[in-house]
Amino acid sequence: MEALKKITHNCKKATFLIEKKLIGRITLREHIELRIHLFGCGVCRIYQKQTIKISEMVRQLFHSSVNRDTKLDDNFKKDLQERIEEELNKN
Amino acid sequence: MNNNLLDPHQWVNAHADYLYAYTITRISDEEQAKDLVQETFLAALEKVNSFEGKSSERTWLTAILRNKIIDVYRKKSSGLVNIDVSKAEQEQADFFEPDDGHWNSEYAPKEFGIDNYDPIVNKEFNQILLKCMQKLPALWMSVFTMKHMDDETTDVICAELKVTPSNFWVIIHRTKLNLRACLQKNWI
Repeated sequence: MEALKKITHNCKKATFLIEKKLIGRITLREHIELRIHLFGCGVCRIYQKQTIKISEMVRQLFHSSVNRDTKLDDNFKKDLQERIEEELNKN
Repeated sequence: MNNNLLDPHQWVNAHADYLYAYTITRISDEEQAKDLVQETFLAALEKVNSFEGKSSERTWLTAILRNKIIDVYRKKSSGLVNIDVSKAEQEQADFFEPDDGHWNSEYAPKEFGIDNYDPIVNKEFNQILLKCMQKLPALWMSVFTMKHMDDETTDVICAELKVTPSNFWVIIHRTKLNLRACLQKNWI
């Protein structure tokens, strides 16, 4: 197994393929190589599980934050609308 | 045919908070975010005549804002790019053994209970995740944000930020390596 692992992939390459597979496409050959690598490498299996989870969390975080209560202060908004009115009156 | 109309007298009331929240998740600088919201409205006023009513007012304003945010990304990633990228690369230089590319045991991923945390529920984890993201080089952060927040295609990101496809994948890989390592280091 150890010898095969060396031939197929090192962990640096395997983690690269894991990332590429996650949001893009990898070739059939790369698929097979990655499977063989993961079969023999518990550390990269953990990496794969965690990196998928991190992507999910990041997506969730981004989307939830649009609804969260980040608000502009009222004075800034008042000034801003006045500025807009000014521009509108110019025309 | 053109159902959507613009009403600049109501813009701030109707959209300012939304646009600000949209910006602050993408650019974590409050002053800069405020400026961008203001610039968006002013730029929009200049092109009200080109509004065709095909999209909603909010969608139209958001598109203008989005382009402004990408301009900021572009500027940020072009200036100090070499310094902050090489610093981030340095961080992961020891992750793998130089000869065979195997994990260096000191940096190897191990279980740290990440599966059990929901960032929405767990505020503390949320903060660490944000902090780890803010430590990324500007270019990496820009690529990563466009991919995960806006689901932009790889082609669009490469074109807008002027990176080659092969460099895009290198950036994605390195970003994830650093982000995961940062979480493991700071959460345990």
